[in-house]
Amino acid sequence: MKILTQWLREYVPGISVSDKELADDLTLRGIAVEGVFDLGSHGSLFDMDITTNRVDAMNHYGIAREAATIYGLQLQPLETALPAGRPGHIYPVSIEEPALCGRFTARVLRGVTIQPSSGGVAERFRLLEQKLISNAVDATNYVTLAMGHPTHAFDLDRLEGGIILRRARKGEKLRTLDGIERTLDTEDLVVADERQALALAGVMGGWDSRVTEETKNILVEAAWFDPVSIRRSSKRHLIHTDASHRFERGADFNALPVASALVSRLILQAGGHQEGEMVDVVIPEAAARTAHRSSIAFSVGEARRILGATEDPAGITAGAAETILTGLGCTLQKQVQSDEAYQVTLPSWRLDLAGEIDLIEEIARVYGYNRFRNTLPAFAGGVVELPWAAREAVLRRTLLALGLSEAVSSTFVAAGDAAAFAPQPGSFVPLGNPLSEEAGVLRPSLAPGMLTMLTLNLNRDVENAALFEIGTVFGGSTDRVEERPALAFGITGSTGAHGPHQPAQPVSFYDLKGVVEELLAKFASKLVYFDRFPGESGLMPAWLHPGRSARAVVDGATMGYFGELHPDEARRRKLKQTIFVGEIYLDRLYRQGLRHPMARELSRFQPVRRDFSFIFPESVPYARIEHAIAALGIPELRSFAPREVLRDPQGKLVPVGHYSLLLGAVLQSAEGTMREEQLQETAQRIMTALHAAGGSLRG
Amino acid sequence: MSQEAIPQLAAYNDAALDAAFAALSQELDASAQSLTSAEAVESFRLHWLGRKQGRLKAISEAWLKSAPVEAKKQIGQRFNQLKAEIEQRLESASTGTGSGALDAEAIDITLPGTRRALGAEHPLIKTMHEMVAVFQRMGYSVGVGPEVETDYYNFESLNFPPGHPARDTQDTLVVANQERKPLRDRLLMRTHTSPVQIRTMEQQPPPVRIVIPGKVHRNDAADATHSPIFHQIEGLCVDTNITFSDLKGTLDHAMKEFFGSNVKTRFFPSFFPFTEPSADVQISCPFCGGKGCRKCKHSGWIELLGCGMVNPAVFGFVQQKQPAYDPKKISGFAFGMGVDRIAMMKYGVSDIGQFYSGDTRFLEQFA
Ligand SMILES: [Zn+2]
Repeated sequence: MKILTQWLREYVPGISVSDKELADDLTLRGIAVEGVFDLGSHGSLFDMDITTNRVDAMNHYGIAREAATIYGLQLQPLETALPAGRPGHIYPVSIEEPALCGRFTARVLRGVTIQPSSGGVAERFRLLEQKLISNAVDATNYVTLAMGHPTHAFDLDRLEGGIILRRARKGEKLRTLDGIERTLDTEDLVVADERQALALAGVMGGWDSRVTEETKNILVEAAWFDPVSIRRSSKRHLIHTDASHRFERGADFNALPVASALVSRLILQAGGHQEGEMVDVVIPEAAARTAHRSSIAFSVGEARRILGATEDPAGITAGAAETILTGLGCTLQKQVQSDEAYQVTLPSWRLDLAGEIDLIEEIARVYGYNRFRNTLPAFAGGVVELPWAAREAVLRRTLLALGLSEAVSSTFVAAGDAAAFAPQPGSFVPLGNPLSEEAGVLRPSLAPGMLTMLTLNLNRDVENAALFEIGTVFGGSTDRVEERPALAFGITGSTGAHGPHQPAQPVSFYDLKGVVEELLAKFASKLVYFDRFPGESGLMPAWLHPGRSARAVVDGATMGYFGELHPDEARRRKLKQTIFVGEIYLDRLYRQGLRHPMARELSRFQPVRRDFSFIFPESVPYARIEHAIAALGIPELRSFAPREVLRDPQGKLVPVGHYSLLLGAVLQSAEGTMREEQLQETAQRIMTALHAAGGSLRG
Repeated sequence: MSQEAIPQLAAYNDAALDAAFAALSQELDASAQSLTSAEAVESFRLHWLGRKQGRLKAISEAWLKSAPVEAKKQIGQRFNQLKAEIEQRLESASTGTGSGALDAEAIDITLPGTRRALGAEHPLIKTMHEMVAVFQRMGYSVGVGPEVETDYYNFESLNFPPGHPARDTQDTLVVANQERKPLRDRLLMRTHTSPVQIRTMEQQPPPVRIVIPGKVHRNDAADATHSPIFHQIEGLCVDTNITFSDLKGTLDHAMKEFFGSNVKTRFFPSFFPFTEPSADVQISCPFCGGKGCRKCKHSGWIELLGCGMVNPAVFGFVQQKQPAYDPKKISGFAFGMGVDRIAMMKYGVSDIGQFYSGDTRFLEQFA
C-alpha cells in the first residue's frame, strides 16, 4: 500500500520528525514502512506492508492515528460538512438479509457534472500512480485512500424503485464493472433495485448502473457487509478487489456517514446538490456486534505478567497504558477496587481488538518492543530426545561414512509411480489440489524419488552418484493417512576409492548389500539374513530385477528390499546405466535396539589360517555353505569367509553350471596354541561338511 | 663401472695378502668417492656385491680357488672384513643426508592421493540439527508431528477460524476426497510446524519446552526463493511467569549461539493468529557485521523469525484436553523460523530448489 506523508501530516499537523524518522517509528510499532521514496516538495511516498489484522490502518487517516498516538499529538477530525441540500423524499432502502448487510446508507445527489478530476485529488492520484477515471468514481476511491471505507456511486437514473439488499436468485446474471457477465450464486449478497441485481455487494459494482459521462444524478452508497459473506463471494467469483479486501477484514460500522459525506463533498465540488437526507438503515444486531461491543476488563498487572521486564525500571505504568489506549480510540473507565484495573470500550474501527490480550499487545507495540529487557526464564525439567534420535543419528553417520550423500526429494510423486512403488497395493493418498500431475500423490515409498534424483544426475552427465534419503512415506487412504519413516539409498556408476593408483570398480549388487549389512550391523539384532521372499504384495517389488534383488530380514521381520533396478523400469526412465536402489522400513528397524559393543578377551595364541578350494554346483547358494559350517559349532573357528568366487563360461577352469569357491578359515584357541593333529581334525570336519553341502575339492 | 680385471695374488704370506688387500681397499675408496645419488649407490652395490658379477665374489673365488688350504681361512676372514667395509659404506651412504639407497625408492608424491570420498551432509539437515542443538542446550526437548494434519490442528486450534483471511497467507495443499468430512477433520499437508505445539500441550501439562523441526508444504509455485516443500523449526515454552521479555532474551541468546556472539536482535510488531503480542525478529547481519551486504540487502539487518506470546485463545483450545493450560495462571511463547532461508544464507545457495534436487554436483560441495 502506498501512503503520502504530505497527506498524513495534513491529519496530524504536529509531527515534527522527518519522513525517514516517521517511517522508522511506524515500523517499530508494527505499521511497517518497507520503502521511503522522496517526492521532493510533495514529501515522501511510503511503501507499506500492513498486517492482515489491521484493516483500520490501510488508509491515510488510520496511519495518521498511529502517528498521533506514538507522538502524543492531536489527530484532526475529518471535514464532513456538506452544502445545504434541497428537500426531497426518502429514498427507499430495504435490507432483506440483515445477517449479511448490517448497515446501508444512501444519499441522493442531483444535477452533478461528471468530468475529469482536478486539483488536490488529481495531484494525489498522480503521486500515488492511481488511475483517474472521473470525478465521481475518483471521489469514492479517494475517500477509501483517505479513511479506508469503500463506497460506491450509482447512476441514479438507471435504478428503478429503490435499493434492496438480497441474495442473488438462482441463475441470476450480473455484468460487473470489469465488463464480465457473471452468473450469481444464491449465497451471494447483491445490491439490487426492484428489477435486477445492480452490484455484487462489497465486491464489485455493476456495469449497467455505473456512472458515465452522461450521468446527471447519483446515489452514493456506504454500507457495512458481513466479512465472511464478502470473502465467500470474492472467492467464489475469483474477484479480489480493494473493497472486498477491506470488507472481509471487517470495516468500521460507524464510518458510513463520514465516508458518504466525504464522497458527496467531492462530487458536489463540480456542481449539483444533495436531495433529501441521507437514508441510514441500521440492523441493531450488527451494531451490537461491532460498534457497540461490550467493554472489556483490563488490568495493568496482567500486562506486566505477560510482558515482563522493561529497560526502564518504572516499567509499564498505569499512566502509560491509559495514554496509549486512549490515543488508539479506546475509552477507559477506572474500576473502583483498583487503581490499575479498567473497563475499556473498544473503538468501532478496531474489530481486531476483542480481549484483554489485544490491549496488552497494543500497549507493548506502542510502548516499543525493543524497550523490553532480554531475560531468560528459569526452568526445572529434563531434556527428552526423540526415542529414535540415536538410531537415526547412527544410520546417518554410517551412510555418510560409506560415501553416500544425503538428499531430500519431493514429498509427492506421480500417480503411476505411487501405484508401482506402494509397498501395499493401492495403499496411497492422492492430493486434492496437486501442484502438477507429476506431484499428484503423497509418496508411498522413497524409491521413486531416489530414482528421479539419480536420473537427474545421469541426465546431467554425472556418472557416479551415491545418495540416501531419510523421510516420511505415506500409506493408507484419503480417510486415514498413515505416516512412516523410511530410508532409501541409490548408487550408480563406480564406487569406492579410485584414481591413478587403482582402477574404478563398477557398482554391483554387492556394494548395495554391503551398505545394508553395515547398517544392520549397528543394531542389536540376533538374526539377519537376505532372501527373495515375496513381500506383502505377494511378489518381490516389481521395480527390482527379480534375479538381482533381495529382501533383508531382521529377527523374522522384513526390513526392506534392495537390488538392481528392473530393466523395464530403467528403460521406462531412459536410464543410460545400471542403478542399484533400495528402501528400508525404519519404523520396523527402529524397533531394534542399537548394538552395544562389549569387549571380549583377546586370545594370546597364534591364529592359524587354512584355505579350502571347492567346486559347487550353482544350485548351492553360499548361505547353505555358511550354515553348514556354522552348524559344526567349532569354538576355535574365529572366522570363515569366501575369499574368491570363480566361474568360467567356457568350462575350462570350472565346469559349466558350477562355481569354484576359495574359502578362508582362521582357527585360534583361547586356551592354547593348537596342535597339528587338532588342526588336521578340524580341517577334516570342515571338508566333510563342504562335501556334504554338495561341494567337491578342486583338483 | 667397467668390468675390471681380477688382480693376481703374488704369494699367500701375510705381507703379500696385506699388499693385495690394501690395493683392494684403495680401489674401494676410489669407487666410493661419488656415492651421492641413489643410482650411484645401487651401481656401487652391484659392482662390489652383485650376486652374479660382483667384484668381491669374483676376486674371492679366484683367490680362494688357487690358495693353499692353510691360507684359505685367513683369506676368507680378510674378505669378510672387506665385505663388512663395503656394507658399512653402503649403509652410511643411504643414511646420509638427502641421498642414499632409499632415494631409489622415491615415488612421485605430487600425484593425487587415493581418496575414499565421504558422503556429504545435506546443508539443510545440517542447519536444522545445529539450530535444534542450540535449543536443546537451552533445555528444550525435541518434538515432532505428522506431515498430514487435520484442519483443526493446522488452523482452527491455532486461532485461524474458518473463513478467516489469515488462512489466505498459507495456501494449502489438501488431501483428496475430504469434502464429505466436517471441516475440522479434513486432511491437508501441514503449512507450518505449529500444529505440534497443540499436540504437545494436549499430551502433557505445563511446563513445556519443546523445539520442533520438520518438513512443511504450501501450494506455492516454485521459484528461486519459494518451494512448495520447505523446513521449519518451531519452539514453544509454557510455564508460570513466562513473559515477553523472556521470549526476547531466549531468541537473542539462541541467535548469538547460532550466528556468533556479536549478533544483535531487534523485534517488530507483527501478526500471527496464534500469538499475541506477535513479533518479527531481525538479526544484525552476521555476514557483514551490520555494515550492509548483498545478503542483508544492504540494510545491515536480516529478518529471521516470527514469534510471540501464546494467544490465550490457543490455550483455550488446548484446555479442552488439558485443563492445566489456564491462561490466567500460565503463559508462554512460541517462535518459528524457516530453515531453508537460513541455510541458503549460511552456505551461499541462490536457488532453494537445489536443496530438493538430489543433484550430486550441488551436494558434494558440502562434503
Ligand atoms: Zn550484510
